[in-house]
Amino acid sequence: MPTTGVPTGDFTAAPDSSWPLFEVFVRGKRGLNHVHVGSLHAADSEMALHNARDVYTRRNEGVSIWVVRADEITASSPDEKDPFFAPSGDKVYRHPTFYDIPDDVPHM
Amino acid sequence: MSTDESAYQALIATDSDGDARWAFGTGFHDPLAGIDTSVPDGIDGDDLSGYCQMLGDDALVMSHRFTEWCTHAPELEAELALANIALDLLGQARMLLARAGHADGTGRDEDQLAFFRADHEFRNVRLAEVDNGDFAHTMVRLLVFSTWRLALCTGLRDSADPVLAAIAAKAVNELRYHRDYAAGWVVRLGDGTDESRRRMRAGLEAVWPLVDELFAAHAVERRLAEAGVAVDPADLRDAFDEVVGTVLEAARLDVPDVAPLAMVSGRGGRDGAHTEAMGYLVAELQSVARQHPEATW
Repeated sequence: MPTTGVPTGDFTAAPDSSWPLFEVFVRGKRGLNHVHVGSLHAADSEMALHNARDVYTRRNEGVSIWVVRADEITASSPDEKDPFFAPSGDKVYRHPTFYDIPDDVPHM
Repeated sequence: MSTDESAYQALIATDSDGDARWAFGTGFHDPLAGIDTSVPDGIDGDDLSGYCQMLGDDALVMSHRFTEWCTHAPELEAELALANIALDLLGQARMLLARAGHADGTGRDEDQLAFFRADHEFRNVRLAEVDNGDFAHTMVRLLVFSTWRLALCTGLRDSADPVLAAIAAKAVNELRYHRDYAAGWVVRLGDGTDESRRRMRAGLEAVWPLVDELFAAHAVERRLAEAGVAVDPADLRDAFDEVVGTVLEAARLDVPDVAPLAMVSGRGGRDGAHTEAMGYLVAELQSVARQHPEATW
C-alpha cells in the first residue's frame, strides 16, 4: 500500500475528529418507524447517508435511512430523569387498557 | 389489547418469505431462480464460456484489488464501502465463472476457474489488475470501471443468454451504486484542496492509459454481439465519455493527455497478455486454495 506523503508511525495523535458525528436511523422492511441504529462520522449529510448505507444496511436491514447531525439533537439530561419521567409512573389510567379495541384496528 | 395487534409485532412477524428476523434483514433471493440454465440453441458454448470468463475475471480481479484496502482505507466508513463494493463484484464473478464452466461443458465450478488457472489464462482487462495507488487513484479507477461496466450490463440485460441477462440485471443496481460512490469522491477530491486535487490529477494520469482497452472488442465479443448474446464494447464509448465527462467537469478536472498502454504484439488482457502486477495478484489470490486444495470451511 503506498504511503508516500501519508503520516505514519505517530500513534499518539488523537483520531481525526474533523468530521462531525451523525446519528443514523433505519426503517426496516416491516418496521413502521425509523429506529436509531448507531452513529458515524461524515463530512456532510450526503456522505453520511452513503456511509450509513454501507455501515448499517449491509445485511439487508433497511428500506429507508435518516441521518441527523448529533449536535442538532436536543436530549433530555440523565440528571433530570426523575422529574421528567417519574410523575408518569403511577398513572396507569393513561394506558388504553380499559376498553376493547375493535379487531380491525391495526397497529395498537 | 391482544398481543398480535401490537405495532411491534410487525418487527418480528414472519412474512411471505418465511423469514422471521427483521433485525438481520430478510427477503434474500437467488437472482437465477427459475431460469433455464441450459445453453440456448445457436449459441457457441466455447465462445459463451470465454465471454463469461472475461466479464467474470474483470469482476474477480477488481474485487481483489478493492479487498486489499481492508485495514488501509483512510476512514472506517470508506473501508466498509470498498469492502461492500468488492463483495458485490465477487458475487458477479461467482455467477459468471460458474456460467463459464457450465457453458463449455467442462463442468468446472467457479472455484476451479478462480483458483486453478494460470495468470495468462485470466481474461480480464488490464485496468482491473494494476496495483492500487492512493485513495484518489482507487476512486478514479472505480469511476472508470463502474461507468463502463454499468453501460455494459445495462445492454446485457437483453442478452439472448437468459443467465447472462439475469446476472446483468442484478449487477446493474450494484454498479449504479458503485458509480455514485466513486463520482461523489472524485468531485469532492477534484474540487477540494490543493493536495486532494494534485492526487486526483495523478490518479487520472495513472488510470487513463488503461481506458482504451475497455472499448476494444475481442473476436469473441464481436461474434457473440452479432448473435445477440454479448454487448460490443466499442458501442459503449460515447455513453462512457458523457458520464465521465460530466463528473470530471463537476470536479473541475480534465481528461489527461496520455497515450494508451500499448498492446503486446496486438494482445491485451482479453487475450491473457497481462501486466507484471497480474502474476503477483494471482499468486496471492490463489495461495490458500493451492495450499489446501478442496478444503472447505
